[in-house]
Amino acid sequence: MFGLANPDRFLRFTRPLTPVVWGVAVVLLAVGTWFSFIAPEDYQQGDTVRIMFVHVPAASVGLMIYGALGVSSFFALVFRHPLADAAARAAALPGAAYTALALATGSLWGKPMWGAWWAWGDARLMSVLILFLFYLGYMALRASIDDEAKAARAAAVLGLVGLINLPIVKFSVDWWNTLHQPASLMRADGPSMSAVFLTPLLLMMAAYGALFLAIWLTSIRTEIVRRRAVSIRARKALEA
Amino acid sequence: MMLDLDMGRYAAFVWPAWGLSAIVLAALAARALIAARRWSAELKRLEDEPKA
Repeated sequence: MFGLANPDRFLRFTRPLTPVVWGVAVVLLAVGTWFSFIAPEDYQQGDTVRIMFVHVPAASVGLMIYGALGVSSFFALVFRHPLADAAARAAALPGAAYTALALATGSLWGKPMWGAWWAWGDARLMSVLILFLFYLGYMALRASIDDEAKAARAAAVLGLVGLINLPIVKFSVDWWNTLHQPASLMRADGPSMSAVFLTPLLLMMAAYGALFLAIWLTSIRTEIVRRRAVSIRARKALEA
Repeated sequence: MMLDLDMGRYAAFVWPAWGLSAIVLAALAARALIAARRWSAELKRLEDEPKA
């Protein structure tokens, strides 16, 4: 793992890999969408069950992305590794976008099923909103400090602090009585869902995961290239 | 198995959820790919530029 932390080696290794991950993401998105619309209507939820196929992947991958951001922040802070910082930075925007999608699609699902767009007292909804705010805070903090090294350190500390929220999001549905339903997939007794819904759900989760991976790899590569370009510019400005 | 695109009385919730997801994901992907292209072109330009 640390071998790949060398930016040159990372660029070499991910050059052939990145287009493959993009391809896998596109295929999974197409197949997952197809299965989402050939699934039958749920006997209780009707057609709103199809919102699940975009809501649950956005929420679960959005949560995992914060894990990636937090772990990358840890390596950036402890080992001062520029690639770890690039990885954390590249995860923030897709993480924020996925989490925003989870909130928006959840709201569109909540209205017909619960009769409410939003519930302020609900632990799951609030902890996901806080997750979204951590993403926004992370990006705002980076943007507000001109010195890139200082910005990276400050953002890494914030990124680490936000990790505390992850188990709260995950277990909020067990620890508190929430409007939000408890986990249906990650259960000790196996998923509580029939295959016609489980198939599109798992395909869409894989698709959202692969798409994030493709965007992440591409953005980390871009960040390495951007830093090189910026340093050449600075050197040329000194020479001139 | 038939493709079911008639969302009935829930159309006003299902389609916005899918539409919004498609737009946001497409924008994220496009942004990443455009930035990648722009910065690699910029690095190439800087490296090819004769030394001052």
